Amino acid sequence: MKYAFVATVLALASLALALEGQIGIHDPSTVVLCNGKYYTYGTGGASLVSDDGWTWKRGTTLPHRGLAPDVIHIGDRYYAYVAANIGAQPKAAINMIWSKSLDPDSPDYKWEEGGVVASSDGVEDCNAIDPGVFLDPTDGRLWLVYGSYFGYIRLVELHPKTGKRLNPNDKPRDLAINCEASDMIYHDGWYYLLATHGSCCRGADSGYNIRMGRAKKVTGPFLDHDGVDMIQGGGKLLIGSGGRVVGAGHFGLLDLGEGVQKFSLHWEADLDRGGASVLDIRPLLWRDAWPVAGENLKEGAFEIESVRTGTALELAVEGMPVGGRRGRGGRGGGGPGRGPGAAPGAAPGAGAGLGGGGGGRGMFEGQGGVIPPQDIAEVSKSWPTGNIDVRMATYLCQAQQKWAITAVPNAGGYPGSPYFKITIAGTDRALAATADAELVVLPAFTGGPEQLWRMDQLADGTWRIMPKSIPNSKEALVLSAVGSSFATLSKFDPKSDKQRWLFKTP
Amino acid sequence: MNSLHKHCIALAVLAIAAAAQVPPVTLTTPASPQKVPGADGFIQRWLLLEPIGVTGLTDSAVQAAVKKEYFPDQFTVIPNDGDKVALGDSQLAWHAVDTKLYNVNLYHFAHALGKPTSDVLFWAVTIVNCPQEMHDVRLAIGSNAASVWWVNGKEVIGIYGDRQTVIDDGVSRRITLNKGPNIVRAAIVNGGGATDFCARFLDAEDKPLKGFTVSVVGTGK
Repeated sequence: MKYAFVATVLALASLALALEGQIGIHDPSTVVLCNGKYYTYGTGGASLVSDDGWTWKRGTTLPHRGLAPDVIHIGDRYYAYVAANIGAQPKAAINMIWSKSLDPDSPDYKWEEGGVVASSDGVEDCNAIDPGVFLDPTDGRLWLVYGSYFGYIRLVELHPKTGKRLNPNDKPRDLAINCEASDMIYHDGWYYLLATHGSCCRGADSGYNIRMGRAKKVTGPFLDHDGVDMIQGGGKLLIGSGGRVVGAGHFGLLDLGEGVQKFSLHWEADLDRGGASVLDIRPLLWRDAWPVAGENLKEGAFEIESVRTGTALELAVEGMPVGGRRGRGGRGGGGPGRGPGAAPGAAPGAGAGLGGGGGGRGMFEGQGGVIPPQDIAEVSKSWPTGNIDVRMATYLCQAQQKWAITAVPNAGGYPGSPYFKITIAGTDRALAATADAELVVLPAFTGGPEQLWRMDQLADGTWRIMPKSIPNSKEALVLSAVGSSFATLSKFDPKSDKQRWLFKTP
Repeated sequence: MNSLHKHCIALAVLAIAAAAQVPPVTLTTPASPQKVPGADGFIQRWLLLEPIGVTGLTDSAVQAAVKKEYFPDQFTVIPNDGDKVALGDSQLAWHAVDTKLYNVNLYHFAHALGKPTSDVLFWAVTIVNCPQEMHDVRLAIGSNAASVWWVNGKEVIGIYGDRQTVIDDGVSRRITLNKGPNIVRAAIVNGGGATDFCARFLDAEDKPLKGFTVSVVGTGK
């Protein structure tokens, strides 16, 4: 936060797009789960809470209404670190408070003072704001990074059982410069320091962007992909402005387990919300041992392809080749034209074949002209009207292989996205989970939870597809390929390709 | 009939006779009453009916071909080795075979008998004997080309089109195998060229199912 005093409680407009509800916040803390609800706290006492990670509302303010808090859950405690200027910048201090619950309705909701864990005296090369707390999964040590543009991003060690400064007299270690809103994560042998570069608090003119370096030790040095040390201004870009949002800041890891990771951040200006600063949650992917910002699934029509098999999910009906069925012709000699199995619904003239069986075009010359996509209304005339099974097959651009992914209003969601319905494109035939943990396509979408789907992008960029619920079951199962031509629901195995899917533009 | 046609027919007869002398190198006659599945769970003992001429590999063509009644009790019979069925003017025999491989090479089977291998339908039956009920298992098959499969009389898999045998290509929903005998029946339709199939059961973890035996000693007609 470059201009800390500028930050105030923001107008919390409730407009559509991105997360839903009251998502206005600046400098959000890492999103934390407590008793089934998600919480985040921002500058100036802002607080947001959500039942599902998709729809948010205003929450209860922390007892310290400071700058850019961060929160971590360790054992039975939630530690909140809140910075405040204690004079003219960069004179500041970071206070710790803790509670056994973040839910104001819980009997365990009671904030205790933990005292100052880091400070800056207004002269030194540091501004002790923007705390980011990190529990090292390799050894259980607790660390705090903090700082802003007045000098360095610094690191101090905390006590993992009290959240307080471990050795107050130890000199903080400098890790980076020319950035703020830092946080640290660990992944597969590397420590990553993520920090926000650019300027904040200027609406759509804010250059905020999240950058990173990595190190083999928690103490650094943190080098970017070009080998530039972050203490010399290095930093590989994780995410910046794009689409209808400007200025990405304040990274926070939201690890949902089983290899599903997301991250929270704020946008300085959501152009669809009047330029307000808003919360967002995005998938966190990994490529070449670097974090990559993923995208929440967007509505559209897709081929849904299994990573395991390379085959595509389809309605189990007899497919009609695009352009109509035709026989295999002799090389260069022309084929027999429309084959004997030409089914009703073929495009007029589509099966006219490969030159009319001998005298015309060879088998590789096509039928001339542009072959249009299949007309779903025409093709689907021969489909059964009731429930239809689901299977997988080689993708051939056919109508029964194209699925429309559409957000379902007022159906809730999950961190970063709403629930979707999955229908055969151009129809209302909806994919659903069955009571025996299999799949079926219903004649029409009726809104049941077994027809609502959650799509989480996995670390490699593929997708996990999960029904909101399965009839008569509390098990969380996901779409899974079994063999090459069949799909079912089964437990998620992060190490398997069976439950990884690609959404390809058809 | 002109002389050229006669010449061609004579050559064809000779070719069939020569072909019939080629043994089905991957198939043998069962030498024991029971057989356990292979290392990867594949069922390697089957009763195969000599091929029936059919055409078409689309969903509807295959369904029509396999649902047509060619002989009495087509979907329930548990034949014995050597049983014959009448089909028009001809008689087709059932043959008990063990395969040395994970798959059953129907081309070897038909070719060795001097029978056609293209545009044909093969019926296959086997008996899977389970020591106890086995829940949440799946039949998993591969076939060249299209095929339809039944377990204890219920259709559980249909895969269509001109396709090659891929292990676990077609997989059934979760089913329960009875304690004792379970009848697995298949109809494999080939268009042209090679033709074969493979089949095994998968357990609830999608691992090959074992712990059962396979036999083809039926109760007779």
